[in-house]
Amino acid sequence: MIIKNKQNNFIWLGLAISAIAPFFFPNHITLLTYIWVMIILALTWDMLGGQTGYTSFGNILFFGVGMYVCAVVQRDMFSSGLDRFERVSEVVVSLNASEYFISLAVGTFSGAIVAVLLAVILGSGILGMRGHYFAICTLGLGHAAAEITSGIEYLGAGSGMVTPIYPSELLVGKEGFYYYAFLLVAITTFFLFRKIYQSQFGLALNAIRDNENKAESMGIHTTQYKIAGWSISAFFLAIAGAGVGNVIGFIDPVEIAFSGPTFGVWMIVMAILGGKGTIWGPVLGAIILYSAKETFWTYLLGWDKVALGLLILIVVVYFPKGILGYFKERKQLSNSILSQKGES
Amino acid sequence: MDLLSVNSVNKSYGGVIANIDVSLTVPKGKIVGIIGPNGSGKTTLFNSIVGHHPIDSGEIYFNGEEISSLPIPKIARLGMLRTFQQTHIYGKMTCIQNMQISSDIDANWKRVFNPFSKDVDEMVNELLAFVGLYKKRFLLAGDLSFGQQKLLEFAMALMKKPTILLLDEPTAGVNPTLINGLIDRLHQVNEEKGITLLVIEHNMRVVMNLAEHIYCLANGTMLADGKPDEIQNDQRVIDAYLGN
Ligand SMILES: Nc1ncnc2c1ncn2[C@@H]1O[C@H](COP(=O)(O)OP(=O)(O)O)[C@@H](O)[C@H]1O
Ligand SMILES: [Mg+2]
Repeated sequence: MIIKNKQNNFIWLGLAISAIAPFFFPNHITLLTYIWVMIILALTWDMLGGQTGYTSFGNILFFGVGMYVCAVVQRDMFSSGLDRFERVSEVVVSLNASEYFISLAVGTFSGAIVAVLLAVILGSGILGMRGHYFAICTLGLGHAAAEITSGIEYLGAGSGMVTPIYPSELLVGKEGFYYYAFLLVAITTFFLFRKIYQSQFGLALNAIRDNENKAESMGIHTTQYKIAGWSISAFFLAIAGAGVGNVIGFIDPVEIAFSGPTFGVWMIVMAILGGKGTIWGPVLGAIILYSAKETFWTYLLGWDKVALGLLILIVVVYFPKGILGYFKERKQLSNSILSQKGES
Repeated sequence: MDLLSVNSVNKSYGGVIANIDVSLTVPKGKIVGIIGPNGSGKTTLFNSIVGHHPIDSGEIYFNGEEISSLPIPKIARLGMLRTFQQTHIYGKMTCIQNMQISSDIDANWKRVFNPFSKDVDEMVNELLAFVGLYKKRFLLAGDLSFGQQKLLEFAMALMKKPTILLLDEPTAGVNPTLINGLIDRLHQVNEEKGITLLVIEHNMRVVMNLAEHIYCLANGTMLADGKPDEIQNDQRVIDAYLGN
């Protein structure tokens, strides 16, 4: 009970700081926004990667799909500007405030739904397989999506698309709006996932992680749980993608939407760094990795990628269970020693 | 009516023929034993019955329904559960969590995002106490001894309130001082909860104390079957055991 209260106090404090942070760092609002983005990426990856033990290298697919679906809805919902331009990638629609937010909301939601449908369809095909085979099957997903998108003129092909310009007549600027929007999505994701992990569903995911044969022999339809878990992740990842496309202002299949080497790898490393299979691990990992990345980028110039790679290497070799995994294990060890003492 | 009946089942792994024309029946409410030397095909037979692998030929009826082509979870949900010779538990979850997740979570899809109900938690405590693991309830299942894991696995199966329970060498690896207690509990489960038991057992003394009817497998074929004293005095059975 005491621990619970402490944790809640900690959460309230964190939220209070987050709510006022933009006022103290007005020049770094977008950077702060990305911390929330990273937290969402890490949390969603961990539902399958950590809680279920199914490593996915392809979650970036849902991120990019959310981004593209949203951008298309934003472009086409209130204007048919497409035919006036030669190249789709040069289309910039200008919307008034209500059009902007309505198309953003509809676009984000549509992107999330499409991502869920994809997760269900793909999952039915490859989540029947066991961990390693699944992991291999997901390897090419992001790349394939980038290739396909690059060939579709309607989506701007290889040059990508431009997202609508944020309406200028508003009280809250673009940076502030997206900061609070992502804050809200990240918090929703966190609390929802925490509730899920404390539920029967969450324990079923853990059972699959620990011994899938046993779970099956006990009558659990394991594939259905895995698909459901992946779909929930896809939903929130797509929302993140939709938002990021608008924060950046343009989207591109290889470098942004389906970018395996950046967002795709980061989500995995962040979850592992913080401690996969825990609720706080991905949050912690996201904050640490993103801060490290930004610091390296600022101070190490050309060497930032090397430094980041080194950090990842150290984590994987010395902290394979991540920061929280390390502490959790120690706590469990002392539990077990205590109970053995209690017996004798 | 027989609860379970296996008719002329054949199963081979590549070149290894593990079950040849095996038949057996388990009447409702009884305890039936399967004995046989190591490698005689006992575990293979269990795997065939619960749908772990497809059989080469033959039929398997459970409650009158042909089940030999159904997937594992489906057969489990019909009320037939098995425990493993090498224990299968959820190692990184506590004993309580192992038990909770063994309750029937799929029974109501709408409640799957809720925590476990009070009823489930009561049943968990009751059954953990029943197998003598109540004090260990907060430990990770992976930290239990092999014998304790077997007891946990048994208790987990009881959470599902099965019609029939297939136990693969439940006493193997269990501390000898606990074996008599385990036999008592198996009897108790059979009599009080009405659960039919099909038990693979290597330990002759245990199976004689437990089963009302015993099948003996040797080299993949059904060598003999009968009451415990008949089996005990069957020359073919004695030869199979001594010859091994
Ligand atoms: N998965 C498998 N692949 C190949 N051969 C197997 C497999 N499982 C069992 N066998 C073989 O089948 C025979 C019967 O094994 P098993 O059913 O485990 O016997 P028992 O449980 O009576 O000791 C043995 O010769 C064993 O080596
Ligand atoms: Mg065996």
